[in-house]
Amino acid sequence: MTEITEPDVTIDSKDATCPGPLMDLIGKVKTLDQGTVVELQTTERNSTTDVPEWLEKAGHDLLEIEEHDDHWNIYIEVN
Amino acid sequence: MHRIAIVGGGTGGTVLANRLANELQPELESGEVEVRLITADRDHVYKPTFLYVPFGKKTVDDARRPIEDLVDRRVSLTIGEVTGVDTDTKKLTFADSSILAYDQLVLATGASLDPEAVPGLAEGGHHFYGPEGAEALRDDLAEFTEGHLVLSVVGVPHMCPAAPVEFTLMVDDWLRERGRREDVDITYTYPINRAHGLQSIADWATDLFEERDIDFETFFNVDEIDPDAEVIQTVEGSEMDYDLLVAIPPHAGSDLVTDAGLGEDGWVDVDKHTLEATNAEDVYAIGDIADVPTSKAGSVAHYEAGVVADRLASRARGTVPTATYDGKTVCFLEAGMDEATFIEFSYGEEPFVREPSKPLHWAKLGYNESYWLTARGLL
Repeated sequence: MTEITEPDVTIDSKDATCPGPLMDLIGKVKTLDQGTVVELQTTERNSTTDVPEWLEKAGHDLLEIEEHDDHWNIYIEVN
Repeated sequence: MHRIAIVGGGTGGTVLANRLANELQPELESGEVEVRLITADRDHVYKPTFLYVPFGKKTVDDARRPIEDLVDRRVSLTIGEVTGVDTDTKKLTFADSSILAYDQLVLATGASLDPEAVPGLAEGGHHFYGPEGAEALRDDLAEFTEGHLVLSVVGVPHMCPAAPVEFTLMVDDWLRERGRREDVDITYTYPINRAHGLQSIADWATDLFEERDIDFETFFNVDEIDPDAEVIQTVEGSEMDYDLLVAIPPHAGSDLVTDAGLGEDGWVDVDKHTLEATNAEDVYAIGDIADVPTSKAGSVAHYEAGVVADRLASRARGTVPTATYDGKTVCFLEAGMDEATFIEFSYGEEPFVREPSKPLHWAKLGYNESYWLTARGLL
């Protein structure tokens, strides 16, 4: 896993139910340049499996999934 | 006088106005309360009708009735376009610059289609989410005898989440009835890693698609469409050729909401149980415009309207509102041209999908006719 510094873009999808966080991410990623680091904040456990699956399909990199008390931060690098 | 203003004459707004007319009958008749329904369209539209138009089973005129025929006479009806909401001074501005003050406001302005958000979609794709789209699809489907028909869910969230699956199963059956199915390939696409947002519907649809030789693609997010080459390109980097594209366009909330500071993305931020706006006092939202974690469906607007009617009536009488919305959603799903199923769920629940049957299809058709009683607040 890559060491995360500051994300370039943060998407707050906390409290959105599935597939809200994933759709928020997909909608945003297509507007971003290569190399952009994105932090997706989600309270939806399914995001921790759905997002990595989509990243693999779409060819972007999963940097880290950070677990907090009430949410997850998923870090992505756009390719 | 206590002034209740409702903006939007769809299912949510109309049911709410009629429910309030009943609940607040004494106060309305004594002039203590005013219930005003404001809508830009003189007609009330029952949008689920459009699903049947491409198959020649309904016409777009079947979907419309004059709103004044549906609204209780004790409700004040204003035909006009609201262009601004000031939640601090509690005033609405209209397109003709007139102003209306309110004590309590309900936004029920619905969702709108935004096909322009995807390059080439308006030119290259059909849809059945509005009268012109449904009629154009009917005409092209009637002439479509062979090739690749693609049903692509481009935008999520969208109105009636079941409709794309329903259309796919219906068009398969409709083509079989006409002896054309062997010459038509059908593909269904969905943006996430299953065929529908709700797992149980995804599982049900996937089994039926496999049984009926319908291809499906997941993680398929349309980036742009080349209408001349008849090619869809996706965010994931894949391409798909089509001969007839039926697309669920991206949906948008309302600039009215964003400009009023009620929700950044055009949907009103609300408490999912009380339906009260998070960012303003004495403002509610119901129906598609309310950002709640359930479907953008007519049944949701209907049940939300009942809850908000109770809450508004309590406030008008000076009592504490106690009615809450638990996310109740009910939905018929057509599984072909003569069978359907039915689901019911609340917040956080996964619906159970019953075996499709002809009686449930007839129940669906019966409900479509009796919908006008729902709009009147009677069902």
